[in-house]
Amino acid sequence: MINSIRGRNLLTLNELSDTAILEVLDTAELFVEVNQRTIKKVPALKGRVVASLFFEESTRTRLSFETAAKRLSADVLSLAVASSSVKKGESLRDTIATIDALGIDAVVMRHQSSGAAHQVGGYVPHVRVINAGDGLHQHPTQGLLDVFTVRQVLAERAHAKGSETGKELFTGLRVLIVGDIRHSRVARSDIAAYTALGAEVRVAAPGTLLPASLEEWSVRVVDDFDEALEWADVVGVLRLQRERGTGSFVPSLAEFTETFGLTSERARRLRPHSIIMHPGPMNRGVEIDSAVADSPAAVIERQVSNGVPIRMAALYLTVTGTPEEKTS
Amino acid sequence: MDAHASSSSRRRDAFVPRSLLLSEDDVRRAVRRMAHEVVERVRDTESLVVLGLQTGGVGFGELLAASLIDITSAEVCHGTLDVSFYRDDAAQRPFVASAVSRVPVDLNDRLVLLVDDVLFTGRTIRSALNALGDFGRPRAVQLAVMVDRGHRELPIRPDYVGKNLPTSLSEEIIATTECGWIGTRDDS
Repeated sequence: MINSIRGRNLLTLNELSDTAILEVLDTAELFVEVNQRTIKKVPALKGRVVASLFFEESTRTRLSFETAAKRLSADVLSLAVASSSVKKGESLRDTIATIDALGIDAVVMRHQSSGAAHQVGGYVPHVRVINAGDGLHQHPTQGLLDVFTVRQVLAERAHAKGSETGKELFTGLRVLIVGDIRHSRVARSDIAAYTALGAEVRVAAPGTLLPASLEEWSVRVVDDFDEALEWADVVGVLRLQRERGTGSFVPSLAEFTETFGLTSERARRLRPHSIIMHPGPMNRGVEIDSAVADSPAAVIERQVSNGVPIRMAALYLTVTGTPEEKTS
Repeated sequence: MDAHASSSSRRRDAFVPRSLLLSEDDVRRAVRRMAHEVVERVRDTESLVVLGLQTGGVGFGELLAASLIDITSAEVCHGTLDVSFYRDDAAQRPFVASAVSRVPVDLNDRLVLLVDDVLFTGRTIRSALNALGDFGRPRAVQLAVMVDRGHRELPIRPDYVGKNLPTSLSEEIIATTECGWIGTRDDS
């Protein structure tokens, strides 16, 4: 396990200890304060260059990473893949070599292939790589901002400061993740983050949308979604990923909504304190009803705002830090 | 005060105390004297903003503000300033997650009094001056420190000093609102 992401690549949450995750959350708390100032900028990464490479479309993750880099005073090189030489058939390796030749300190990368960020880490060992989503594998900063948001909400309710509570608010916390688990890198990162901090995670999905093997995951599949809603403190709704062919895994969208959608009717089963989350973009009316997404229990916009401080923390720690020795 | 205690703990792990510099009473008397000097020099204390530097200066900032309130019988604006992200040596220093900046007012045209525990190279103060620029344009900035141990690497000078203490580079100073110690660092 890794106890700190300082000076390392951030590729997956699976290898991070609770200490490493808490360090990112606590650092992000400091950046929340920076984001509330009139001048929302600190010189922490002044003179550093962050390249943002999005081989897959994205609104919030890309904007959020670029905002984060700019608020740290880094220069941002943003590659628009659609109008780049990638379209002429340039390989990932050559694209990275070209960008590296311009002199960069970090790459933020999203790619449709699982493991792409890891591979880039091998090409340019002197550059810090942050995975912004790779295929069906991981989306580490999303997992981090989700646990950050949960801690923030729970700490506010307890009238405490998030950084003072450490991981204590996660002990025994009941998290239910519902939807397209099979195609979801968000689910994989969320599960890693929640379990590392001591929460209990259960998943709900039609059989076809569960991964082939759940054995190495410390989660339970629930038999009855409706009952599980009454159990959960946190409900993480996933997007039905039609671009990954989810459509052929369910008989029809209407049937999916009927059985696993968080409809207004179903949301009534939730306990009064439950938190509803969604990583966006939402298919309103498919996996979540509009009324539920806009209800006070939903913290979806807060997830988006927390994306910036979490990504500032990820960039700051990976780029400026010096790596510690690995333990166990 | 919690942040203060936890911040020093990392440094204190390797700290081997040699002798007591300041007792709690010494600290209180010195802060009280500095507060009188501030009132004497500043006069319009309404424009004053006392900012304790995270993390060692926070306790002294609060103590100084309390003394000022006591002396002037008026409210004195005070808060904290964290300079982690403004340091030129950020990568080498552990930073403390609870060390948040809390600047209660717009600093434009205010008189800012920075407060820190130990003045050494001056690099923290340089970072603090840079950080202040992001909160506004103060009319003037002054500096109060509990201990000035010398060895400046930058042209920075304190306005109010609790105790002047010539030291050698191998020595280490720990100053809290309860006491001040001089000793050495055991890095083994």
